[in-house]
Amino acid sequence: MHKLLEYPFDSGLIRRKQKSIRRELLSAEGLLEKKVAVLGGSTTHDIITMLELFLLGNGIKPSFYESEYGQFWQDAMFDNEELKEFAPDIIYIHTSNRNILSWPQPASSEEEINGMLEAEFSRFKAMWEKLSAVYRCPIIQNNFEYPFFRLMGNKDAADVHGRVNYVSRLNMKFYEYAQNADQFYINDINYQSADYGLARWSDPFFWHMYKYSLCLDAIPYLSFNVANIIKSVYGKNKKALALDLDNTLWGGVVGDDGPENLELGQETSMGQVYTEFQQYLKELSKRGILLNIISKNDEENALAGLAHPQMVLKKDDFISIKANWDPKSVNLVNMAKELSLLPESFVFADDNPAEREIIRQQVPQAAVPEMDKVEHYIYAIDRSGYFETTTVSKDDLRRSAMYKENMERMQLENSFADYGEYLKSLEMKAEIGSFIPLYMARIAQLTNKSNQFNLTTRRYTQEEIEKAAADSNFITLYGKLIDRFGDNGVVSVAIGEKRGDELDIILWLMSCRVLKRDMEFAMMDELAARAEKEGIKKILGYYYPTAKNGMVRDFYDRQGFTKISEDEAGNTVWALDISKGYTKKNHVIEIGEVETE
Amino acid sequence: MREEIYERLTEVFHDVFDDDSIEIGDATTAADIDGWDSLTHISLLSAVEDEFDITFDMKAVQGLKNVGAMVDLIEDMI
Repeated sequence: MHKLLEYPFDSGLIRRKQKSIRRELLSAEGLLEKKVAVLGGSTTHDIITMLELFLLGNGIKPSFYESEYGQFWQDAMFDNEELKEFAPDIIYIHTSNRNILSWPQPASSEEEINGMLEAEFSRFKAMWEKLSAVYRCPIIQNNFEYPFFRLMGNKDAADVHGRVNYVSRLNMKFYEYAQNADQFYINDINYQSADYGLARWSDPFFWHMYKYSLCLDAIPYLSFNVANIIKSVYGKNKKALALDLDNTLWGGVVGDDGPENLELGQETSMGQVYTEFQQYLKELSKRGILLNIISKNDEENALAGLAHPQMVLKKDDFISIKANWDPKSVNLVNMAKELSLLPESFVFADDNPAEREIIRQQVPQAAVPEMDKVEHYIYAIDRSGYFETTTVSKDDLRRSAMYKENMERMQLENSFADYGEYLKSLEMKAEIGSFIPLYMARIAQLTNKSNQFNLTTRRYTQEEIEKAAADSNFITLYGKLIDRFGDNGVVSVAIGEKRGDELDIILWLMSCRVLKRDMEFAMMDELAARAEKEGIKKILGYYYPTAKNGMVRDFYDRQGFTKISEDEAGNTVWALDISKGYTKKNHVIEIGEVETE
Repeated sequence: MREEIYERLTEVFHDVFDDDSIEIGDATTAADIDGWDSLTHISLLSAVEDEFDITFDMKAVQGLKNVGAMVDLIEDMI
């Protein structure tokens, strides 16, 4: 991430340097292109220029459709050839309380106010439904910020005639809709404006001068939040924290001070603030964020610190613990490898500016928040939006456990001389079948997140996944793997497209957490069986190289395919003749219905 | 004084329009500079405010005819 685009922002400087930052970010390779429609109820120009920067910072190259000034509703509700042609991947509706049509009057009855509320909500709801029916893409909708004045003062909050009360109720209706709608996300400007300072956020100068619903300096914060939602939708969230110990998780240096003298627990204010930080991290880990340690310490000392009775986080809460004297950049890269993650999935949290600088230099893909004051550690991580959540899958909640199980598997693996014996000892069972509604969200998430074990790197929205599942021209497969250590969830996805008696494998991916488990053979066995049943004679596989998928260059070779062509860019096409039968390759995974927990 | 303001203002123009060849004078108007439309005008004004640590009010901003008028205004405020 560009240094200027890290929280907190110097809005003036970002605005001033906008063109040069943009130029710099555009020169990066492998950007994911997305079309973003911004429908505004007020001026959106700077919101878009800032959104572009933050998306570029997240590896997404946006192109924009911008509604005419204030035309968000008309653009959505009436035939709109331009927008149709643009075919947005995502729609952001930027509205504010300036767009609320009617407000309760002092003489309004409660019923009248309820009716007013219903009418206002219906206007928005009709728009969302229309947009979702026509464009079938994710929608991001602002909620409302509080009014910048209170006619009744404090009573405005509790009285149904109050605008503060009215905005709160309208927001609640938005949330209820969001809870039941797919691919609909609230951008919480109510929180953002409170966090920023409502009086500054809503400065009327910017409305009356430029028709901006918020002040210029707040725009980067708004756009940053919208960009966070978008990058989360496209699977670009961080997944893991690599945490320092001394003066990060506890106060003091365990090697010098001894574990009994660490600042931790409820006895001192310094102890309390470290404890609160640990509680925050514990909550993150419950939500699927992987906690790890990289500490310059003798391992023995690090473990003694972790065993401190006042630690909220216990040794078992961490997946990988690296306590040694190697450079932290080396440890981080090794840790990523061990966990089958990319370095860019990590947030490196360390109180030492020198260590942070080493990571910035050596592992520039990792995120490095400014952890300057212990009382602001939570801000530094929380406000950076690394872990913005748009969907919560069962897998997310189990992720820490899954990675822990993986570490146990690795230990088991080392105790077997023969790899095949090891695989058998895992007692693996797989469930492989056509896409079913239960897994559509997870499948779409995988197509957007998987970079390494991914043959064609085609990205799909949930909508497109559902379409493919319903189309008899496609053979779709998901694979779920369970073993004696636990449930790995849906880990592999494949889509074949029929062309006469040939089948093109247009998508084939697998999560790296089940590498070398023969799951890819179990999947191919099932694909071949289904293809045979449908009269397919030849299966064609495609490999399109990217910066990240080198590990599957020989995938089809290992599957027994023959290479039939290769172009200059390294794109290869492979064929497997199944007209005379197909020999199964998986002998270690039992196929069948898997018991889910 | 005026000269120093011009020096700093030129820097602001270079950043906002991402063009180090821009030269400005009293008579310069939006028509003379590529990309100076009503929307970049907003960025320009806020960058000027930041540079000189001043805040324009609505009345003052609306009267600006050219760069010379902007410099007058800055001169009054710092």
